[in-house]
This record gives sequence, structure tokens and C-alpha cells, in this order.
Amino acid sequence: MSASITKQRLRQWLLPVIALASVCAYIAAVWMYDLKTVWLWTDLLVYVLIVSMAAFFSVAKRRAHLREPLQRIVENRTAMVCLVVLAGFMTIGVLDSVHFRLPSGGAGDHGKRYAPEVTSILDLLMAQQRVQMEKTYASPLSLWQYEKVTVEYPDGRHERVYPRLQFGGAHIAPGAAHRQDILRRVASGVGAGLMMGGLIALLALGYAMSRHAASAREVVSGVMRATGAIPWRAMWLTLFLLLIALGVVWALAGEYHVFGTDKVGKDVLYKSVKSIRTGLIIGTLTTLVMLPFAVFLGILAGYLRGWVDDVIQYLYTTLSSIPGVLLIAAAVLMLQAYIHTHPDLFPTEAERADLRLLFLCIILGITSWTGLCRLIRGETMKLCEADFLLAARAFGQHPVGIMLRHILPNVMHIVLISVVLDFSGLVLAEAVLSYVGVGVDPATNSWGNMINAARLEMAREPMVWWPLLSAFIFMFVLVLAANLFADVVRDAFDPRLKRR
Amino acid sequence: MSDYLLAVKDLHTWYTGARGRVHVLDGVSFKVRRGETFVLLGESGCGKSMTALSIMRLLPMQFQNNISGHVQLDGVDLLQLPEVAMRRMRGRRIAMIFQEPMTSLNPVMTVGAQIVEVLVQHTTLRGASARAEAVRLLDAAGIPAAGQRLDEYPHRLSGGMKQRVMIAIALAGKPDLLIADEPTTALDVTIQAQVLDLLKSLQKDFGMAMLLITHDLGVVSQMADRVAVMYAGQVVEQASRNDFFKSPQHPYSQRLFEALPELDKRDRELNVIPGTVPALDQEFVGCRFAPRCHRAWDACEKNSPAWIALPNESGLRCLLADATWSGAAPAPKKSAPMALNRTPSDTARGGEVLAIHDLKVHFPIVKGLFKRAAGYVYAVDGVSFQIPRGRTLALVGESGCGKTTVGKAILQLLETTQGSVMFEGAPLHSLRGEALRKKRREFQIIFQDPYSSMNPRMLVSDIIAEGMMAQGIEKDKEKRSARIDQLLAHVGLRTDAGQRYPHEFSGGQRQRICIARALAVNPKLIVCDEPTSALDVSVQAQILNLLKQLQAEHGLSYLFITHNIGVVAYLAHEVAVMYLGRIVEQGPVAQILSTPRHPYTQALLSAVPSVNQAQQREAIRLAGDPPSPIDPPLGCHFHARCPRVRQQCRERYPDPVTIGSSVVRCFLYSDATK
Repeated sequence: MSASITKQRLRQWLLPVIALASVCAYIAAVWMYDLKTVWLWTDLLVYVLIVSMAAFFSVAKRRAHLREPLQRIVENRTAMVCLVVLAGFMTIGVLDSVHFRLPSGGAGDHGKRYAPEVTSILDLLMAQQRVQMEKTYASPLSLWQYEKVTVEYPDGRHERVYPRLQFGGAHIAPGAAHRQDILRRVASGVGAGLMMGGLIALLALGYAMSRHAASAREVVSGVMRATGAIPWRAMWLTLFLLLIALGVVWALAGEYHVFGTDKVGKDVLYKSVKSIRTGLIIGTLTTLVMLPFAVFLGILAGYLRGWVDDVIQYLYTTLSSIPGVLLIAAAVLMLQAYIHTHPDLFPTEAERADLRLLFLCIILGITSWTGLCRLIRGETMKLCEADFLLAARAFGQHPVGIMLRHILPNVMHIVLISVVLDFSGLVLAEAVLSYVGVGVDPATNSWGNMINAARLEMAREPMVWWPLLSAFIFMFVLVLAANLFADVVRDAFDPRLKRR
Repeated sequence: MSDYLLAVKDLHTWYTGARGRVHVLDGVSFKVRRGETFVLLGESGCGKSMTALSIMRLLPMQFQNNISGHVQLDGVDLLQLPEVAMRRMRGRRIAMIFQEPMTSLNPVMTVGAQIVEVLVQHTTLRGASARAEAVRLLDAAGIPAAGQRLDEYPHRLSGGMKQRVMIAIALAGKPDLLIADEPTTALDVTIQAQVLDLLKSLQKDFGMAMLLITHDLGVVSQMADRVAVMYAGQVVEQASRNDFFKSPQHPYSQRLFEALPELDKRDRELNVIPGTVPALDQEFVGCRFAPRCHRAWDACEKNSPAWIALPNESGLRCLLADATWSGAAPAPKKSAPMALNRTPSDTARGGEVLAIHDLKVHFPIVKGLFKRAAGYVYAVDGVSFQIPRGRTLALVGESGCGKTTVGKAILQLLETTQGSVMFEGAPLHSLRGEALRKKRREFQIIFQDPYSSMNPRMLVSDIIAEGMMAQGIEKDKEKRSARIDQLLAHVGLRTDAGQRYPHEFSGGQRQRICIARALAVNPKLIVCDEPTSALDVSVQAQILNLLKQLQAEHGLSYLFITHNIGVVAYLAHEVAVMYLGRIVEQGPVAQILSTPRHPYTQALLSAVPSVNQAQQREAIRLAGDPPSPIDPPLGCHFHARCPRVRQQCRERYPDPVTIGSSVVRCFLYSDATK
């Protein structure tokens, strides 16, 4: 009896315990390796976002009007497959959101010295890709540089040759079987991915067995025959495919530049993976910034009407009639000037770039809250006609109470739908803005910057196509998954599509 | 050629829902003769509309053509026809009118274009001749100045006019059978009377058969030749009109009659049918009505009754009519409806709870940049009345006459333009802010639509607690939840209802929750804004009983806003009849209903279709629609439609005249007293 209660407690607290354990592990690492944690603004906001998402779900579990649509999402195959993919991206984004400076060895005049560059956990995991820089372009998995250089032989002869890369495939002796090596690595990558997947599956199996008090055979056959409401089979399939892809890339990346290198010889895979965080931050923090404006002002305008409504309406019609790019360009350029004149405020380049990223989020948020605000104002007006609001007024309920208890929960579905729908649009907007030149800092890794660089690379002869392709693949997968997921969320929360 | 135009035999319609098959229709059979009116009667959810849609083969997508059985029109089985042939049937042989005239016309096409569309589809008429025919049809449907109306868009027409246009469209193909699905439910009584008369005369002129679907026994009495009663997807009784009204056979039909509120049932509780229509996604073993039936015995729960054909084409689906079972049936219990215990409210009356004097609510119509008032909607234009403690005043009138506005203005949910609202002698209209908020516990409101009057995101217990929290009653959490349980039990709900959401309840149960919510703050006055008009007859009776019982127990005063004369007769002590923002006649209920004086009251009462043919008043049919409150006519508001209009009616508004205990505003009586 008590054992089962303890077990249940344990299951309930599993996620918080894991979160706490990872925080403890990080603190231990800081202490042991003598790291200096760097608190970037966007990092803090990411943490806030994670905490508030967790809070939202724990509330939603207890509220039927939120639980039911979430249930519908959980039972939708497309949504769950997309969620696995998005979770993969998010894991990378979170790993890239823990920043610190490594000790640089040797004590200076004022205590310890730290390396000038800011590192994240992801940077440590991909240290090899970060450090191993070639001279210039190299195509994916190549052993040779993409451009000829003039070599001077000892006998004074000059020749134009493709030189071997310094790091890419350096382990292969000249003339050895390059292709066999790649195939061997792909095979071992597939194996590693399967093993990894198997390990996770075993852990999940143990959890499921204890939770449902079922035998392993029952659990496995239940998943394989897709009998339950939750599409576990499709989710596991996606997870295995993802892990296999990860394993293959991992195995190849050990010795090659999987997606080639860019103009200054940086690994394109590393740049693309680092861009994930930028994309996610733009997509999520922007909405986080705009939500308070949109919800607060929208409800206020819709409920109070009169001059308050007029003022808010003028505000957002004015804002939305100024071209967004113009506002963004002006704000970003002003910020740039500010950073240049106050270099002392930003000790590292990463902090400078981060501030610019945050500012971009804010300014994007300020230009994009109008749409949601208009929707919420309209919905609030509609709700004000509803009898239950009249009833609340007839009870003498305070206006603030009416707005909080009656209107806010009834417009939440619009907020949720627009947050997920906006996400992919914002990721794409970042690319466009960087292309125009008013996006994130040029030093920040982002798909927009990669695409911007590709403008020149595509015009070369022979063409350099892989940075664009790499950015395209990552962005495409993220945006597609987000869009499909958003469709399901919209259907699940749309009251007009209510199923019987 | 057989005598019957339409023969429906063993019609089954189903779809696959979340919990298995839902049999919407389960073996429906009936026949319609040429030229007769056949009525399908039943509560909502019984499958009346689904029968019509199955005959037309216009079922919603989820049914995926899950129909079996036979629908024979002149011997041709419609269910066997290919879709192409079926399209030629619709509109040409069978036409249909829907309940909601607002949505059944296309708002972006002119009226003429919508009629011509049907003519082009089904006749050889084109161009000018089609237009001429359209004018003729509109004329036949009783639309004045039909030639000019042809090029108007539907939004310019009133509800009654739109329904006439729908009828014209339905007639365009000269159908043999007209299916009318609750054609007058969305209309006011005076308009309903016009439309029903029109349907009757058109049926005679065109020689059509009509399949009329309704839930209103009065409409049945007025229109039907033969009646079939539907319950839970089956026909349970079929009879000629006269037999049906003389002696309904099925216990369900009997109870429907008993649940009707009427004047002579005032002193007792209405006989209700407990519970609601069952969900159709279950396997029925016994009789579907057995759980609600007052004559059911144990055999009813195990044996599904078969259709028993009786002479005169009537029939019954009940074990009582089945010779093999009826022997074991218990004798009908003499269930004399409970007499209402005489209440303290009737004996110990303590003055007026509410007195309003010359109340005016005008809504400005704002135009331009600076929001200048370009005109006013005279929604309420000088209304005065009093409600004593423990009594009910019924405010009667057609839609748009301002009766709901009066209710909201009394509760100070709307800004009053002029006049006074005195609550227990203290003025309400001058209260603002905190003082008004504190006062609000004294008066509450119950709304018409039980679906929109509760926040769907809140638990029922939170909904009921809201008023108590806002008013600071029962601040202790334990006590509050005890009080909520007590209130739920009081309105006849289980106490575990508190932990559920409003959408889990049926319409009648929701209305009970709304009543509990209003009672939570111990009000003295409750404004009931058509609380039963969205409910079925049997559920309406439950709610009316509850309201009456609560009045007796707590000495509540009600302002009962309604257009249902039967409810007024059953519940009200006093009646005030409103027309275009003013009260035209007011007095004790018996007097108003028996000897109405104002021509409008007379017309209104005569328009109500009565269940009892003998009681049907002499028909006074009003022409046209009520005028707009934006631009009320000069003189008496009613003069344009009044059958007894005089010259002075066009010049000024008549002053109130007191006759006996009632007050009437009409020149017919002002001379008599002078």
C-alpha cells in the first residue's frame, strides 16, 4: 500500500526531480571546473519561458476546458510526431542557452582570468566542430579544399592544386578508400542511433510497466498495435529516425565536415545547429514580449469601450500602418549606435550580440502585437454581449474580477492559437530581416545570416551551395513541424470545430 | 395512382458517433395523402427534422448516406434514385421551408434572383417571363408591392417577410409536397398567425400536401389533418387531429397536454414528465419512454413495444395497447397534481418591492467622427408599473417591443434616460459605483438562453459562488460550499453537480443552475427574461413548477418577461402588455386574458394558436410588421396596424384610462369614461 503510494509520488515528481538534478549537476560542474556563468538576457527569458510553460501545463491538467483540447492534441498523430521533432530542436536550444566562460589558466592581477569567449554546453559538445577551422570553403564530406591554391615545390615549380583539408578526413591516407570510410561510418552511426533509441525505449518500458502494472509484452504489443489513444508507435518511430540521423551525423562529424565549411573555413553544421537557438528565441520570446500588450490592451479596449477603446485603437492602427521593417531598422540601428558608444557595458561580444537579439525580439513584438490585440478586442466585445457577463455584472462583480475571471479564460484559446501560428512566421521573419541587414548581429549564428551570405556564394562559379542547403534543411524541418503542430492546436482549441 | 402521395416505410438513419452508432431514426413509418397536412410533433432531439432531411436526402456529412428503408413519392422510391434524379425531385416535387429565415436566404443575392434561380432550375421560364412569375409568387406569398421587393436584398426584410420569401421560393417549382420544418418557431405570434394562415390558403390553392414539423400543440391544433408524435427516433402515436386532441392515447402525448401551462391549472403544480429525452447512442431494450412514463410497469423495461395499428389509420407504440401485455398493466394511478400550498406571500403581502415610474431608455445612434447622436432608438419610452412583494408581473409583447430592455434597465445594467426605479422605496437609478454594487444582491436576473448565461470555463460551484463572493456573503469557505450544496438540492440537482462544467448539463438543468445562482444572494426580486422559451414543453413545466414553489417559499417577486401567453396565464398575477416601448394595457391576469380591451391585446391573444379548438378566439389578423422604434409613428404607435383606428389615433398618443382594476391606453375607452 505505502509502497505503491511512494511509487506514485515518485512518478508525479519525476520531471521536477530530473530538472532539479540537472541544475545540481550544472552547479557541481561550475564548482569543479571553475566556470564563470554568464547570464545572458535571452537565457533568463528562456528559463522564464520554460517555467511558465510547466506552470501552464500543471494548471491545464486541472481545468477541463484546457485539458480537453490538450487531450485532442495528444491523441493526434501528426501533432505528436511534430512534437517529438520540436522537442529535439528545443533540447538543442536549451543546451545552447546555458552560457559560461572557461578559465583561461593563470591568475591575473584581479583574481582569476577567464577566456574572452562565452561558451555554452552545446559548444562543449561540438568543441571539435567549433575549433577545427579550415582555410576556406570545403564541400560536404570532402577531403580537399574547394578552391585551388598555388603550391610552391622545393624545386621552385609552381602548381595550382586542390590542397588537402587540415582537419576534414585527415585520418585517411592519401589514396585510401574515402567512400568505404564514409559508408563504414554511416553504418556505425545507424547502429549507434539504434542503440541509443533502444536504451531510451528500455527506460520508458520500465516506467510504463510500473505505471500501468503491465508486463513488458503487454506494453510492447500495445504500442506496436497502436491500440491506445496516444499514438506512441508513430512517436517512437520518429524518435528512432531522429536518433539514427543524429548517430550518422555524429559518426561522420568525428572526422569530416558533414555540411562542408564556409568562406572562412567554419564548419557549416556547427553554424546551422547554433542557429537553432536564435530561431527558437525569435519565435518564442517575441510572442512572450507582445502577449502582455496584446491581451491587456485588447481586453481593456473591448470591455471598457468609450475613450479607452478609441485611444487603444488609434495606437494600434498607427503602429500597424508604419512599415514594420522601417521601425525595426530604425530601432536596431539606434541600438547599434548605443552599443558602440558604451563598449564598457558589454564585456564580451556574446553579450553585445545577445542584447541585439533581445532588442530584435522586443521590436518585432512591438510591431506584431496589433493583430492579436485586434482579435482579442473583438472577442471581448462579443463576450460582453454574452449573458454570463451580464449575470456577473448583476451580481455586482468588480470590473477587474470580470475581466480576470470571465473574459481572460475565454480568450485564452485565441492567445494559444496565435502563439503557435506566429512562431513559424517569426522564424522566417528573422531570416528575411537578416537578409535585409537589420536582423541579428552579423556575428550571431543564424539562418538569416547564412542565407544572407549565400547570396554571394550562389553567384560564384563554381557555386557554393551547401551553406544554403544546410540552413534550408534545418529551417524547413523546424518550420514545417511548427506549422503542422499549429494546425492541430488551432483545430483543437477552435470552439467552432467542437466535436460531439 | 394511389391515394397516398408520400409513403415512408421503416426509415432508419444513423451515424457513427464517439460511443458507437447513433440511431437518429429507428423504423419511422407514415403516409401522407394528397392535399392533406400531416404534422410531426415532438420535443427537440426526437428526430423530426432528421425525418425531413432523410426524405429530402439532405443529411449532414457525418451520416454518409446511412439510410435504409423506403421513401416512396408516387410510387418512386427516393432512396433508390441516383443523385442526379434526386436533384430534379428537390424543389420540383418536394420543397422545404426551414426554421430560421435569417440564415436560409443567401444574403448576397437579391430576393428576385433567388426565386428565379429555382424557376430556371425547374421550369422553362427565362428572362422577363421568369421575373414576372417571381412577382406573381411573391404576391401569392402575401408580400406587398412585390414588384419592388424583387430587387431587394434579404437584410432589408423583416423575419416574417423573409419567411414569406422562403415560401415563395418553395412554391416556385409547384411542388406536390411541402415540408415545413418549424416554419414559425422563430417568429412572433402575430406574424406566426399570418404565416400559418398563408400556408393554409396556399395549400388549398396549389393542392399541395404538407408535412409540417412542430413542437407546438397549438400549431398542431390549428393546422393538422393528421398527427404523428415522435419520441427518441420513433413514431409513438398516430391519429387524426380530432381524435388526438380529444383523447391522446400514448402516455407521452397525454403528459405533453398536461404539461402545458394554462389559466385553469394555476392553483396546482403542472404535471411534468421527469427527466429528458434519452441520448440515442445506446441500445434500447425496453420502451424508450419507460424511464419517464407515469404508467410504466416492469414489463416496459424489458419489452420493446411494437407498432399497433388501430382503426382510422391511427396507431400506437405502447404495451398498454398490446393485448398480450396490457392485461398485466397496473391501473392508472390517480395522480392528482399537487395543489400548491397557499403561501404566506398571498396572505401577508408587504407593500411594493419595485416601483418604476415613466422609465425611458433611449439608445443614441451615433454618426460621424465626433460621435454625435443622429437619432435615438426609443426602446423604452415611458413605462410605469409596481410589483408587490411575493407577486409576479408578466411583461408581454412581441420581439423588439422593449420588454428585455425594461428588465435590464431595472437591474441598472443599462443606463436609464429618464424616469425613476424605486426599489423598496429607495431610488436605484441614482446609485453608482460601490453603493450600487452592494445593492445588487437584492435583485437578480435569469436569462433566456441557458447555454450562454454561464461561463463555460467555470465549475458549477464556482458559478454559484460568484455572487456570494462578489457580495461578501458566506466568506467562510466551508459554509459557502455547504450553502452551494443546499442551493443545488433546492433546485432539484444532485450536489455532485457542483464539480462539473455547465456543458455537461441539459438545457433544463442549466436553467436550474441559473436559478440556484440567482438565489445564492437571497434576492427579493428576480427578473426572469423568457427563462423557458428555449426549453421543451415538458422541461418548461419543470422550471415553471420550480419558480412557483420558490416564490411560495421565499416570497420572491418576479418580473416575468415572456411572449408565451400560456406561461403568463399559469404564473402571473398581473400582466402588462407592451407595444413599441410603451405599456398599452395592464391589469390582473384573469381580466386581461378573458376580456382584453386594447385592440393590440385582443389581436395578440387571438393570434396564439389554442390547443382547444372550442377556445380558439375569433381571429383578428394584424397586417404588416411592428414599426421601428427608431422612428415611432405619430400618434398611437399601433394605429397603422389597428383594425379599429380613428382619426384622433393618428394625431396624439392616448392617455391611460382606468377601467376597473386595469389600465388601458386607447381612445376607444377614453370617450366612454369622459
